[in-house]
Amino acid sequence: MSSDVATSGPSGSSGSSGSSGPKGSATGRPSRAAVLRGRERYIPVMATGALLLAMFVVGGMRYEAFASGQIVLNVFIDNAFLLVVAIGMTFVILTGGIDLSVGSVVALSTMISASLVTGQGWPPLVVIPLVLLIGAALGFAMGSIIHYFDIQPFIVTLAGMFLARGLCYTIGTDSIPITDETYTAIAQTRIDLSAEMFISPSVLIALAVVVVATYVLHYTRLGRNVYAVGGNEQSAMLMGLPVARTKIAVYTISGFCSALGGVLLSFYMLSGYGLHAVGMELDAIAAVVIGGTLLTGGSGYVLGTVLGVLVLGLIQTIISFEGTLSSWWTKIFIGMLLFVFILLQRLITARRS
Amino acid sequence: MTAPTGRPPMTGADPAEPGTGADPSVTVARSGSSEAAPETAATDPAAATGTTDTAAAPTATAAARPGRKAGLTAVIGHRLFWPGVVLALLLLANVLFTPGFLSIQMKDGHLYGSLVDIARFGAPLILVAVGMTLVIATGGIDLSVGSVVAISGALSCLWISGLGDQQDVGGVLVAVGLALGLSLVLGLWNGFLVAGFGIQPIIATLILMVAGRGLAQLITDGQIITINSSPYKLIGGGYWLTLPFGIIVVAAVLAITAFLTRRLALGLLIESVGGNATASRLAGIRSRGLIITVYAFCALCAGIAGLMISSNVSSADGNNAGLWIELDAILAVVIGGTSLVGGRFSLGGTVLGALVIQTLTTTIYSVGIPPETTLLFKALVVTVVCLLQSPAFREKVFHRRGRRPGASPTSADPKVKVPA
Repeated sequence: MSSDVATSGPSGSSGSSGSSGPKGSATGRPSRAAVLRGRERYIPVMATGALLLAMFVVGGMRYEAFASGQIVLNVFIDNAFLLVVAIGMTFVILTGGIDLSVGSVVALSTMISASLVTGQGWPPLVVIPLVLLIGAALGFAMGSIIHYFDIQPFIVTLAGMFLARGLCYTIGTDSIPITDETYTAIAQTRIDLSAEMFISPSVLIALAVVVVATYVLHYTRLGRNVYAVGGNEQSAMLMGLPVARTKIAVYTISGFCSALGGVLLSFYMLSGYGLHAVGMELDAIAAVVIGGTLLTGGSGYVLGTVLGVLVLGLIQTIISFEGTLSSWWTKIFIGMLLFVFILLQRLITARRS
Repeated sequence: MTAPTGRPPMTGADPAEPGTGADPSVTVARSGSSEAAPETAATDPAAATGTTDTAAAPTATAAARPGRKAGLTAVIGHRLFWPGVVLALLLLANVLFTPGFLSIQMKDGHLYGSLVDIARFGAPLILVAVGMTLVIATGGIDLSVGSVVAISGALSCLWISGLGDQQDVGGVLVAVGLALGLSLVLGLWNGFLVAGFGIQPIIATLILMVAGRGLAQLITDGQIITINSSPYKLIGGGYWLTLPFGIIVVAAVLAITAFLTRRLALGLLIESVGGNATASRLAGIRSRGLIITVYAFCALCAGIAGLMISSNVSSADGNNAGLWIELDAILAVVIGGTSLVGGRFSLGGTVLGALVIQTLTTTIYSVGIPPETTLLFKALVVTVVCLLQSPAFREKVFHRRGRRPGASPTSADPKVKVPA
C-alpha cells in the first residue's frame, strides 16, 4: 500500500529506500537485474572471452615467443593473488555492495605473516590460519556494521581500508623480508605441467578458490541468496531469505579471500610491507567489471572475473613485450577497457528495459 | 521535542501525506519504541531506516524550532553536533599538548599560527569536498577528483616549465586557464557518462580515476616537473591581504557556491534530482543538464585544488599528487552529515568535515604520535562519526534518543514523493 519511493540513489545498495514499496524506479535496478535473462546474460562474459582471445592472437602475431602456453601460465602466476582477491570482490559486488578494504587487508596479511614468521619465529602452519582468521574477522566486522547499522558499504570499507593500512604501519614502516624455509620452498616450487610449462602452488590455490566459489555461487543456498539480495534486497527480505546472514557472509568471504590473497602475495614477494598492494582494490573492481558483473548487483559470474583478471594481466604482458610503452599506458588501457565494457553492459541492459 | 508529549496522530511514513514536510505542527513523526515493532527493527534495519527517512521531513522542520525544554535535544540532534564535538575535542587536545596552539601572530604583514596552517593546508581538501558535496547531493559520487588534481597540476606545471620566462604573469595565467579548462572537460566527460549514458556514477568516474593517473603521468612523462615561478607560487603558497591566498580562493568558491545553491533555486533542484531523479524529471526539472553541471563543477574544484597543491611544492607529480584525496573528500562530506544516498547536502558540514580531517592530521604531527598511525585515527574517527550519525545505530544504542536521523535535511526538504 505504501508504494511511494522516497529515496533511491544510484548507489543505494544498502537500501534506505522508502517503506516497503518496489525499489527505485529511478535507477532501474531491479528491472535491469531482472532482464538479464536468457542467453544475453552471457554476452558480457563472452565479450570478455573474445577480447582475451583477440589480445592473445594479436600479441602472438606481433611478438615472437608470445604465443606460448607459458605466457598464459605466467599471467596466472603473476596474478594469482589478484585472482583470489577479485573473486572475494565478486561476491560482494553481486550483492550490490563494494569492498574498498581488500588491498589494505592484503598488505596487512603480508605484514602480519612477515612479522610473526621472521620477527617472532612462529611456524607458518600457525601463522597462515591466523592471518586468514584475521582477514575473515575484519570482513565479518565490516559486514555486521554495514548491515546492522545501515551505513553505506563504501564508507564502512573505506574505514576498514584505513584501519588495515594503519595497522600495517604500526607493525612497521619498513619492508620485512621472509626467510622462513616453508615460505621460500613454496615460492620456489615449480609444478611442471609439461617439458616447457610450469605453474606455481599459488596458481593451484587460486584455481581451487575459483572452483569453490563457482560451486558456492551456483549450487548452494548461500549462492542463490547472494544473487537474490543483489537483485533486490527488499524482495529478498520479503521472500524470507536471510538477508543479514548473506550480506555479512559476503563481506566475510571477501575478507577471507583478501587474507588468502595476502598469503599468496607473501609467497610471491617473500616480504611483508605496508605499501604492498596499494590500489589493488581498484584492480579487483576493474577485473570484476571487465568480467561482466553488474555493479548494481545480481548478475555476474566467477568465470567472468577470472577472464577479467586475465585481461588485466595480459595487458601488462603486452606492454612489457612492447618495450617502448611506459608503465602508465597500463592504466590508460585499463581505463579505456573499463569504458568499453561498461558501455557494452549499458547497451545490453538498456536495449531490453 | 522528542519528549513523548508531541506525538502526532499520523506518522511521517504515511505515503498519503506528502505534504507533511511543510506542516510545522508535526513534531515527532516516528517515535521509535512503540510504533515500530522492535522485532522488525532488529531483523530489518533497512526498512526501518527507510521509514525514518520519510519521517525525516517533519522532524527537520521541527528541529528548526526547538521546544521549551527540548533545546538541548535539538542541539544534540543537529546534524553538525557530533562533527563539531569531534573538531572541538581535537582542538582541545592540541591546546593541552601545545600551549599557544590557538595564538595567531602577525609577522611581516602575514598571519601565522597553527589555526591558519590548518585552514591553509586544508584548503585543497575543502575545495574538492565542496565539489564532491554537490555531486553526492545528486545521488552520485566522483572518484576521479584525485586524478583531476594530478592532471591539472601536471598540465599547468608542464606549460610553465616550457615558458621562456617563468615569472611572466600572462604565461602563468594561460597555464592556469589551460589546466582549469581541461579539468572542466574531464568533468563534462564524467557528467556525460553519468547523465548521458546512465552509467552508475561510481563506475563512470572509476574510469577516469584509473585512466586519469595514467594521463597525468603521460603529461609529466613519468617525471616530477619542477618549476620556479613566483606568480604560480602565489596560488598555493603565497599571501594576499595578510591571508594565505589559498584560504581566499576557498572562501570565494564557498561564497559563490553557497549563493548559487542556497540563495537561488539551484540547490533545491540539485537536491530534488538526488532525492528522486524520475520524480524531479516529471516535475519538469532538467536533471540531465544539472547532473552534468554538477560533475563539471566538481572537476573544476578539483582542478583548482590541483593548482594549489602543485603550486605549494612548485612541482607536479603525476603519480602522487592528490593521491587518495577523493576518499578524504568523501569522508569530509559524510562527516559533515551529507548522506551518500543523495537528496540533501550541507556545505557548512562539509567544510567542518574537511577541517576535522585536516585538524586530525595536524594534531597527530603536533602531539608527536608517529605519523604512520594517522590512518588508524582516521579509521577511528570515521567509524565513530558514521556510527553516531547512523539512525540505525542510534536506534539500537540510545533507544529513545535515536529518533532523529543524523543526516536530517538542511534548510528545506526537497524529498519528492510520488505514488509509484
